[in-house]
Amino acid sequence: MSKVRAEVLVIGGGAAGMSAALAASAYADVTVVDDNPMLGGQIWRAELGKIKSPDAKRLVEQVNSGKVNIINNAQVFGSDSHGCLLAETPDGTIELTFEKLILATGARERFLPFPGWTLPNVLGAGGLQAMVKGGLNIADTRVIVAGTGPLLLAVADHLKAKGAKVICIAEQAPASKIRGFALGLWRFPAKIAQGVALRMRLRDVPYWTDSWVTDCVNDDETTHTISVTVSQSGVARTLECDLLACGFHLVPNTEVAAVLGCRIDDGTVRVDEFQQTSIANIYCAGEPTGIGGVEASLIEGKIAGLAAAGQIDEARRHFAENGKTRRFGDALNAAFTLRDELRSLASADTVVCRCEDVEYGRLIEFANSREAKLQTRCGMGPCQGRICGPANEFLFGWKPGTVRPPIFPVKMEDL
Amino acid sequence: MKFDVAIVGGGIVGAACAYSLSREGLKVVVIESAGIASGTTAAGMGHIVVMDDSEAQFALTRYSQQLWNKLVPGLPKLAEFENCGTIWVAADDEEMAEVRRKHSFYAERGIRSEILDEASLSAAEPNLRRGLAGGLLVSGDSVVYQLFATRFLIDTAKRNGAELMVGKDVVGIDADSVLISDGTTIKCGNVVNAAGFTAAGLSPGLKIAKRKGHLIITERYPNFARHQLVELGYLKSAHGSATDSVAFNVQPRSTGQILLGSSRQFGAVDGEIDHAILRRMTARAFEYMPALRDLSTVRVWTGFRPATPDNLPYIGAMPGQANVYIAAGHEGLGITTSLGTGELIADAILGREPAIPAEPYSPAREIKEH
Ligand SMILES: Cc1cc2nc3c(=O)[nH]c(=O)nc-3n(C[C@H](O)[C@H](O)[C@H](O)COP(=O)(O)OP(=O)(O)OC[C@H]3O[C@@H](n4cnc5c(N)ncnc54)[C@H](O)[C@@H]3O)c2cc1C
Ligand SMILES: Cc1cc2nc3c(=O)[nH]c(=O)nc-3n(C[C@H](O)[C@H](O)[C@H](O)COP(=O)(O)OP(=O)(O)OC[C@H]3O[C@@H](n4cnc5c(N)ncnc54)[C@H](O)[C@@H]3O)c2cc1C
Repeated sequence: MSKVRAEVLVIGGGAAGMSAALAASAYADVTVVDDNPMLGGQIWRAELGKIKSPDAKRLVEQVNSGKVNIINNAQVFGSDSHGCLLAETPDGTIELTFEKLILATGARERFLPFPGWTLPNVLGAGGLQAMVKGGLNIADTRVIVAGTGPLLLAVADHLKAKGAKVICIAEQAPASKIRGFALGLWRFPAKIAQGVALRMRLRDVPYWTDSWVTDCVNDDETTHTISVTVSQSGVARTLECDLLACGFHLVPNTEVAAVLGCRIDDGTVRVDEFQQTSIANIYCAGEPTGIGGVEASLIEGKIAGLAAAGQIDEARRHFAENGKTRRFGDALNAAFTLRDELRSLASADTVVCRCEDVEYGRLIEFANSREAKLQTRCGMGPCQGRICGPANEFLFGWKPGTVRPPIFPVKMEDL
Repeated sequence: MKFDVAIVGGGIVGAACAYSLSREGLKVVVIESAGIASGTTAAGMGHIVVMDDSEAQFALTRYSQQLWNKLVPGLPKLAEFENCGTIWVAADDEEMAEVRRKHSFYAERGIRSEILDEASLSAAEPNLRRGLAGGLLVSGDSVVYQLFATRFLIDTAKRNGAELMVGKDVVGIDADSVLISDGTTIKCGNVVNAAGFTAAGLSPGLKIAKRKGHLIITERYPNFARHQLVELGYLKSAHGSATDSVAFNVQPRSTGQILLGSSRQFGAVDGEIDHAILRRMTARAFEYMPALRDLSTVRVWTGFRPATPDNLPYIGAMPGQANVYIAAGHEGLGITTSLGTGELIADAILGREPAIPAEPYSPAREIKEH
């Protein structure tokens, strides 16, 4: 097993991880580990070379300029008893030791079960966007984008730019909350500008608030057309489309923090103002500390990188800016909280755990995720509850189960 | 008196006791602190196997296997009962001698088994490496998903009138009641202590040590293995000295998943994954089945076998404590021997003649009455 030692080790090469690596690299020897072939994270990874934002472009270039040691295609799946991290790579497992560790593992989409959500033409909104960024041709495809959160707009915009016909965006949040959120944006002029530009590009796409998919069927299996029933402000409307792209905001990826024993409160990694976790030499930045968007990830990454490299005063200089982006994140999360009606969409035979085919009706009797898991296999499959866990937390109020290595499936010889 | 019998512990052993006792019309309550089948039972492998370490172990495992086979027609499909058989794998000639000894031991006692040479072993299990000496196929052995089987035993007991109290921690056992940590007592005619590796805490004098084991489960690879495969070195390592040991032990699940065991460690108190022993365990397995290397593993976990000094469980009346019975200390065989245990406990409480001699399992071998 090969070994890597770093003064500052960064897990995750998205906005937060790159920002952290760059900030720390002026003072320390830095290694970034990411599980994709390229850095960039959720927003930039598939578009490297074509990034529009000049700031982002500069960040990517600087991180790639040779000062930072980059290990791609390496997925951290656990830690051993000595506190080293283990990562699986195409050439076997590497053991990572560090003086300071920065976790910047990002977020994933939340899915909620409704009848039909497991049909092949129902996809994650961000997942579909990634497929399109990766080359999937979507020209003239009819798409409904549904769920909640600003990601829906970003996805619709991207799909439309690639020639898809976006039939509508169904946003579950009520109009009042979205308006309140938009009004609160005066403190973030950049966001307003982005928002206005986005709305302009999407002006011919209906944006329905108070709206959510209640059901989706494929009546004629010889075609790819699906009928999607949307509850639009209380009125049921049935629409046809080729693809339904769904996403119910984001869930922080806290598994690596959890196996290391960092304190996690309400699904987010607890950090102080220096982004330090409950474990002294471990920092955390970006979405795992709370969904806040790319600006929050960048600034938290910078603070974590500086603090990990011992530049306390320099780190402190960014506190005010961080407070501001965090307030944006808080407003965002408040505006897009999930409404109660979404808890009752699934029927008894709607599959909740896709890995093990466990239906909603079999889960209702249980008091917690462990009992449900032991008695139904819910969450026992390859994804280990990464998908159904957040859904069950919302549906039943179950806290996620314990995280154990391997947090991702690995080849047995790499364990 | 509300209950004839209070059973402390809702693992597979307590569940089997509830099943056997409630079937006889006794009013039973199962008191479980954490959750049904959430202790060692959640961690085990579910191999239902006839063993030959000692006559007493043989008698209890065979009797229990017969009871499992009777239970099968009623078991729900989810319990994944599969009569896949066991192959004891012999690496060399010395172990082939053990194959022949085992074969005649079983034959003398009416258990069917078949000696496999190198070629027939490899035909039976193509993923084993070439060059192994052979093996012994014991076709009557099975595999069960013990979590759903435990649930089935509890559900059946409930239909027979048993009650279930979950979330209650028993802190004391008396002749006519059990004491709960919240200060309440539950009155009962008899008590069965089926608290797994914590049973000795409630019944001082018993000796139950925690013997830690690791297991690995993969994604689905149907037909990768067809039988439960156990190396013959298993016996030496499993019941050998107090040192840590690993052995090749592969189980095909009806889901197509492969469950890989096993390790044995004394003195480990926490359930953390120990990467050093885990790697010894996989390295041993790759020696027998190199293709395992590339299987995708989804989870690793640990469990504690409740081990007694002589490797036999405590089943029967607790010396010096009227109306108190013990059903604990089943080490690495408690899934198999749960059903026999339930019947022996019912025999003891009802004063019936047991189907097999019960003395070897009596707690009296540890606790001398004064
Ligand atoms: C599917 C999806 C699509 C999104 N699309 C947009 C969009 O279009 N526009 C937008 O503004 N925001 C989008 N977001 C939000 C986006 O996550 C944030 O704006 C921003 O990228 C957060 O940066 P980050 O560094 O915190 O996380 P990320 O960008 O998610 O970076 C985390 C990185 O860590 C890696 N990683 C995670 N765990 C491990 C591990 N165990 N081992 C190794 N590497 C690991 C990940 O693969 C990833 O590369 C999207 C989010 C998701 C989940
Ligand atoms: C890795 C491994 C592999 C194994 N493989 C096999 C195999 O292939 N075949 C086989 O036959 N066996 C196997 N076993 C052994 C088998 O799992 C155990 O022998 C069996 O599960 C023991 O069951 P139990 O009911 O005695 O204990 P447990 O399942 O531990 O049940 C005891 C219950 O009592 C409860 N309890 C404890 N104290 C109290 C209290 N004070 N008040 C209330 N409740 C209490 C606990 O919460 C627990 O639920 C294996 C074990 C391990 C660890």
